[in-house]
Amino acid sequence: MSTGNAVGGEPPLYRPPVSLTWWLRNPSYLLFVLRELSCVFIAWFVVYLLMLVYAVSSGRAAYQEFLDLSANPLVVILNVIALAFVVLHAVTWFGLAPKAMVLRLGALRVPPTVILAAHYGAWLVVSAIVAWVILR
Amino acid sequence: MPETITMEVWRYRPEHESEPTWDAYDVPLRKEWAVLDGLNHIKDQLDGTLSYRWSCRMGICGSCGMTVNGEPKLSCSTFLTDYAPGPVRVEPMRNFPVIRDLVVEMGDFMAKLPAVKPWLVSDDEPDEDTEYLQTPVEMDDYKRYSMCINCMLCYSACPVYALDPDFIGPAAIALAQRYNLDSRDAGAEDRRDVLASAEGVWACTFVGECSVVCPKDVDPAGAIQRYKLTAASKAVKDLLLPRGAR
Repeated sequence: MSTGNAVGGEPPLYRPPVSLTWWLRNPSYLLFVLRELSCVFIAWFVVYLLMLVYAVSSGRAAYQEFLDLSANPLVVILNVIALAFVVLHAVTWFGLAPKAMVLRLGALRVPPTVILAAHYGAWLVVSAIVAWVILR
Repeated sequence: MPETITMEVWRYRPEHESEPTWDAYDVPLRKEWAVLDGLNHIKDQLDGTLSYRWSCRMGICGSCGMTVNGEPKLSCSTFLTDYAPGPVRVEPMRNFPVIRDLVVEMGDFMAKLPAVKPWLVSDDEPDEDTEYLQTPVEMDDYKRYSMCINCMLCYSACPVYALDPDFIGPAAIALAQRYNLDSRDAGAEDRRDVLASAEGVWACTFVGECSVVCPKDVDPAGAIQRYKLTAASKAVKDLLLPRGAR
């Protein structure tokens, strides 16, 4: 039997390279990469919130300056994009919840849709409370 | 329906070429022919040098995993007519080194699998005459995960495994859960170090493609997410509760 060009050993294995555009091959790969990217925008929202807290604690002038900065079209665009990424993160996270949580009531398994609906319900309630605190 | 379909087959013969090439073959297009039947026709009638793995032809043995038109598939249950008028591109499974043509090297999985102890672990030596009774509800907890045929399509679909080859991977974790959730098993604590590590469930970012491509509906992505919750709640209990109450 010929061993070809691999003298004295196993024939060489071919290791296909991972292409730079592998994440465009499949919509779920793209979603995965976008979700990973969402952490950058979540970090931005944390920084933005800290900037708000700092401005509020520094007096009226600093707060006005923060409001002016927030009204800058570039900051508005950034915040809209960041919000889209945060929503993507939240929705895909909630999509995971019914997979992770297997609840049983006696012999019956709680249907995944109920667990998913409960998560969205809780999100709605928390959002309503936050909206009430801010807007009252 | 046309009488033939072109199959473009990925070739790698290490004694001839250091980079892969493509060979095209025209094979009969019959409604009952799977991609595997097309490959067998090539091997028997057109080009005997083509190498690929297969055995049962009925989606049980898990040998004939390949990439068909870019998707991980069992070639025995993927029909040529679904790709008419063609061509059908057949490549080896992605994310594995290739030995030859469509044959991949799966040693990495074979090395990782024993680490999750995919067998029933019992606390003490069972009596020879002992029967381990189990209710249908108890069996239902793990049955889905026991359907895995180690075909490796889930590894082929997993971008995390492609980027981080240390990841234990979907099938191995699903098989660990198959035993963790078995009422007769006492090995969950033994498996925890491996499963709850950075290369275990925490490497998974829930792309979910492993469950999409699984030909046996095992849902490895579900098994992994479920263990994340188990591992996290166990870690919190370890931190907060005294040893006896965990």
